[in-house]
Amino acid sequence: MSEHSHSEEHHVTGYKTYFIVWVLLMILTATTVYVSYLDFGTFNIVIAMIVASIKASVVALFFMHLKFEDTFTWLFAIFPLVLLFLLIGLTMIDTFTRVVP
Amino acid sequence: MEQGNTEHSHGLHMDPAVEYSSSKFGMWLFLGTEIMLFGGLFAAYAIFRAKYPEMFLEQHQELNREMGAINTCILIFSSLTMAIAVSAIQKGKKNLSAILILITIICGLGFGVVKYFEYAAKFAHHIYPDTSIFFSLYFMMTGLHMLHVFIGLVVLFVIMVLTWKGKFNETYSTPVEVGGLYWHLVDLIWIYLFPLLYLIG
Amino acid sequence: MANNAVAANVYVSFLEKKGILSWLYTTDHKRIGILYLASISFFFLIAGMIALLMRFELLTPASDFVSPHTYNVLFTLHGSIMVFFFVVPGLAASFGNFLIPLMIGAPDVAFPKLNIGSYWLYLLGTLILLFALLQPADTGWTFYTPYSANTDTDVILLTFGVFVLGFSSILTGLNFIVTIHKMRAPGMTWHRLPLFIWASYATAVLQLLATPVVGITLLLLIAERTLGIGFFDPAKGGDPVLFQNFFWFYSHPAVYIMIIPAMGVISEIIPVFSRKPIFGYKAIAYSSLGIAFISFLVWAHHMFTSGISEVAATIFSFLTFLVAIPTAIKVFNWTATLYKGSIELHSAMLYALGFIFLFTIGGLTGVFLGALAADIHLHDTYFIVAHMHYVMIGGTVMGFFGAIHFWYPKWFGKMFNEAVAKLAWFLVFVGFNVTFFPQFFLGVQGMPRRYATYPEEFQSLMSLSTYGSWILGLGVLIMTVNLIKGLFSGEKAPQNPYGSLSLEWQVPSPPPLENFVEIPHVTDWPYGYGKKKEVDA
Repeated sequence: MSEHSHSEEHHVTGYKTYFIVWVLLMILTATTVYVSYLDFGTFNIVIAMIVASIKASVVALFFMHLKFEDTFTWLFAIFPLVLLFLLIGLTMIDTFTRVVP
Repeated sequence: MEQGNTEHSHGLHMDPAVEYSSSKFGMWLFLGTEIMLFGGLFAAYAIFRAKYPEMFLEQHQELNREMGAINTCILIFSSLTMAIAVSAIQKGKKNLSAILILITIICGLGFGVVKYFEYAAKFAHHIYPDTSIFFSLYFMMTGLHMLHVFIGLVVLFVIMVLTWKGKFNETYSTPVEVGGLYWHLVDLIWIYLFPLLYLIG
Repeated sequence: MANNAVAANVYVSFLEKKGILSWLYTTDHKRIGILYLASISFFFLIAGMIALLMRFELLTPASDFVSPHTYNVLFTLHGSIMVFFFVVPGLAASFGNFLIPLMIGAPDVAFPKLNIGSYWLYLLGTLILLFALLQPADTGWTFYTPYSANTDTDVILLTFGVFVLGFSSILTGLNFIVTIHKMRAPGMTWHRLPLFIWASYATAVLQLLATPVVGITLLLLIAERTLGIGFFDPAKGGDPVLFQNFFWFYSHPAVYIMIIPAMGVISEIIPVFSRKPIFGYKAIAYSSLGIAFISFLVWAHHMFTSGISEVAATIFSFLTFLVAIPTAIKVFNWTATLYKGSIELHSAMLYALGFIFLFTIGGLTGVFLGALAADIHLHDTYFIVAHMHYVMIGGTVMGFFGAIHFWYPKWFGKMFNEAVAKLAWFLVFVGFNVTFFPQFFLGVQGMPRRYATYPEEFQSLMSLSTYGSWILGLGVLIMTVNLIKGLFSGEKAPQNPYGSLSLEWQVPSPPPLENFVEIPHVTDWPYGYGKKKEVDA
């Protein structure tokens, strides 16, 4: 049977939700810029990536309506990230465990 | 027993619910391919940053953090206007929707203008894609991103015109939604590019 | 016997409308399938003839037929054309296009205009290839840096052509995924889908998500040649092996794009000509997904001797062994299907049986190569060439030929000469083995690949291999002539000559424009052979 997802046809996100998300994004942006002027050593990039990921998540969940999409859409939204993780992870393992004489 | 005995007929025209569902799903799949495309560049970034941390620390200071931050705010704001544009047309408000798409486009153009000044400043300082690995990454990543911004602007322009002409309404607004998804991806990629290139510490 | 055949005065075959524009601007998936079939077959024959030239040069140790540089160009073109113009679009673009909507009970794919767009991109790719032939690259189809970044030959055009083809592949994959999700007929649950659909789905996911990585990789190579970007250039702080990591991240899944649809074809042919339900439907279905997923985890087994770290090599060697598991599951299930079946040796069945035997050899030799110690010795030798061709010809091409022979009556509404087809199969099978089996031994003895010249001691096996290539070529020629002849003077094909139970056989041969006059309501899986109620052939 073909899939019909009825919820997405009817759900219209309200303008207020969008504004709240936007304010959150602005706050997070300001935070990440501010943190970049401080010195946490290697933690700088970790914090920056965490903040970026929170921002990306709210853009995806609310602006892009991912929160209301079906399982397969979620699967195809997440799976590329898994693949990226594999590409970066395994390539880095190779590059940085080479023994250079 | 062979599969299938006949019952009701369908024409060659797709059921609107199936078409809507298919178009959205198709765009999400396409966004997945864009993630993989940029992913190669993010992978290169990860490797070279781990290899040459001082190069990244030193050379990124050539980049203008304020301009990067302004561009980030421009794109995030444009995502807001695009998202509202989608809700607007889903409520049948075609004029509001078209105006919001126009604002989105203007933001995108603004992003391009800022990037133009950034690149011009680099070239004026004799900094080019082949100057170093860091700047190779900077130009490739922001260049490919800018290309996608341009494509997005073209797509949004067409959608804006069609919205203005009344082609979409509360029952059919698929292209607006799907175009919006693409635009949000452009924002998403920049959300990662900005800290990686401009905020190294 | 229920079917969708309508009174003759209403039925319009999809082949009815004539004229070249009706083909180039079609949005009918069945015609698009034929466009791809014609194009990829054309390139298969071209690249095959290049291979015959290469083997002719290799009759003697000296480089007396072509110069070494020309030989390098020949294997670059043979590889690039075979991989990117034949076998990657391959079964997916041709048979996938033709069969997917029919098998799931849909009138067409989800995005018919995108579908013809994909084909136009393929044509654009071939046009670019044509220009690339003016100063053809000599890098091998793998375009390894640093040579590809520095050679004087035209790497940019060839890689750009490949980039465009990649786009075509991505969009086809996207189309098929959405089609299979959203357009199945009522009652067509996931577990009632033909196994070719499961295979097509797994393949489409690979096309969609792996291809962009080779896209960016080739763009970076072009950027290195034009803008002086140095990601792969050691002099600029880059790493040439990084190119290989990125390249193979796609190209390994790519080889599964090549083989999984062929496995799907075998899963369709075997039950029909054994008159038995397929054994282990769910195992075969999910093994396609399993192979697709694991294929993303093994890419560096192409790089064991490239200077990757021991840690990485060990990890990838272990992961490589994993992929043998879902593959073996398929082979066991096909064999179990044959067991106590009522076997009919139709030409399509001969190709399917050939596939099982030859692909098993190819696959097993792949497992040998996954072992680090063995691969250190065998990498870049003729053992690799033999392994690769056992899986690609013994596997994919057998599946391709089998698919053509199986669905030929449905697609073209004609029958070919079955006796000649069997003869051609025999020549192909024998010729293929005589060509490539000796190459395993050549490889073990140390003969490297991609060399126009070789030491005297290898001549007997090398020339044996060349003689085999002539038998193979003859077989392909006879097969091609037979199939083309059938188009013009073959008998009219019945709707369902083999008594198959899947949906594409429940419409006339060739299918009508709209596929189904009425969308069927599906009540069972398509493998209920040997039960009481059967469709009359």
